Amino acid sequence: MDALTDNLDLILKGFLETLKLLLSSGLLALALGTLIGVFRLSPVPILRGVAVAYVTIFRNTPLLVLILLTYYGLPQLGIDFGFFWNITLAMGFYTASFVSEAIRSGVNGIPLGQAEAARSIGMPFGMTMTQVLLPQAFRLVVPPLASVFIALTKNTSLAAGFGIAEATFRLKGLLNDHATERVTIFVGIAIGYIIIVELISFGAHLFERKYAVTR
Amino acid sequence: MSNVLFDVPGPRAVRRHRIIGVVTVVAVIAIIGAVIWKFQAEGQLSYAKWEPFFTPSLVQLILEGLVKTMLAGALAIVLAVPLGMIMGVAKLSDHRMIRWPAWLFVEFFRAVPLLMLIIFIWSMQGFPLGTIFPLVLGLLLYNGSVLAEVVRAGINAVPAGQAEAAYAIGLRKHQVMRIVLLPQAIKIMLPSFISQCIVALKDTSLGFYILAPGLTFAGREIYRTFGNYLQTAIVLAVIYIILNLLLGLLGEWVQRRFGGESKIELVGGMVQAQPVGGAGRA
Repeated sequence: MDALTDNLDLILKGFLETLKLLLSSGLLALALGTLIGVFRLSPVPILRGVAVAYVTIFRNTPLLVLILLTYYGLPQLGIDFGFFWNITLAMGFYTASFVSEAIRSGVNGIPLGQAEAARSIGMPFGMTMTQVLLPQAFRLVVPPLASVFIALTKNTSLAAGFGIAEATFRLKGLLNDHATERVTIFVGIAIGYIIIVELISFGAHLFERKYAVTR
Repeated sequence: MSNVLFDVPGPRAVRRHRIIGVVTVVAVIAIIGAVIWKFQAEGQLSYAKWEPFFTPSLVQLILEGLVKTMLAGALAIVLAVPLGMIMGVAKLSDHRMIRWPAWLFVEFFRAVPLLMLIIFIWSMQGFPLGTIFPLVLGLLLYNGSVLAEVVRAGINAVPAGQAEAAYAIGLRKHQVMRIVLLPQAIKIMLPSFISQCIVALKDTSLGFYILAPGLTFAGREIYRTFGNYLQTAIVLAVIYIILNLLLGLLGEWVQRRFGGESKIELVGGMVQAQPVGGAGRA
């Protein structure tokens, strides 16, 4: 246990860095992913095509390869936002493709009859949207979005090899320095990640319970 | 295509959609043009930067990496399937002493970042097969846990009447599982299983961190020698995209052939997804 307790401040600093990365790339992914998701659901075929192309490219490329692209590649083009933001860019663009799919699957989960019923009682488009569809869409989108952010939490560990001293980077250092306590260190830091993951799924669960769609 | 969000467009809407379409095409062309211009301006299109990918010995290096990557991915999945089956069934056991450890195992290895797991196993040192071992073992533990959840969900999705009928004709518990539930569950599981194969293939790239042989490691050798970071990353991305699309096609064929009528849509799987999360399978 000594290796853990003695280095607690270091580990906490690592998790702070993990959270910063999670927040910055999560916000980017949410903004970009919503845009792509709206494209994917739009009535204009070309917009849908753009969204499909985006999702196909970014979902099939390993995140690590995208990080290589932004971390080493962008500076070669004379564009450099620094370590942190270059990695945030890769994670945000990668995760955006999953956000857009989560939004699409959520919105498509609304039964067609809801919109038809709204229209049949004479609601105009704006009202159908704001009164019937969007309130349901938000609730249906939360559970898949929560899984996307849980995946992102774990994916932030990929920054460890690229000059960001987040939790997995600290793990690597501690494993080197305290060879006899490897298992304790591993389990200790793993618990840190598990806490973050559980907080996200607990929040999503609360939201779902509060605003459940009764059918 | 019927959709909740919009009706079949009328003449005015069609005109509007056409305008939006044209604007989009122009915007996309502008973006691609700007990227190409920037590449040109910074000398990134020069032959010297792309030459490595036409040099026979380096093409061979990449191909060897590709083979090793596919080998690692295949090995991990092939081993993860039995692990997932065992853990999935164990999680449904009536015996607490079996159910709880299986639950702990699955929850732990699903929640821990895969990279962390691989680095930990790698730090133990002294394995038989070199650095490919921690990579495959990490992938195995992670994918096995994810598949365990897939198996459990699949078994639970088999209509309850099936098990009841099996008990009614006098089958034993393990016979019900083996003869009646598992074969039907496998059909239900197919789509998730295939997308997990894609995930495993993408995750083999994590071998980069422990210098395990494979595609990204071959890429590292190349960009460290030639300094062509952008080009290497683009080539790697294209290889992975093609590989995953092929795997997706194979998956669709398997689903059509063995999975019954339900259609699946596979786009790249989801790295470290929680199964039944919805996002992974859309």
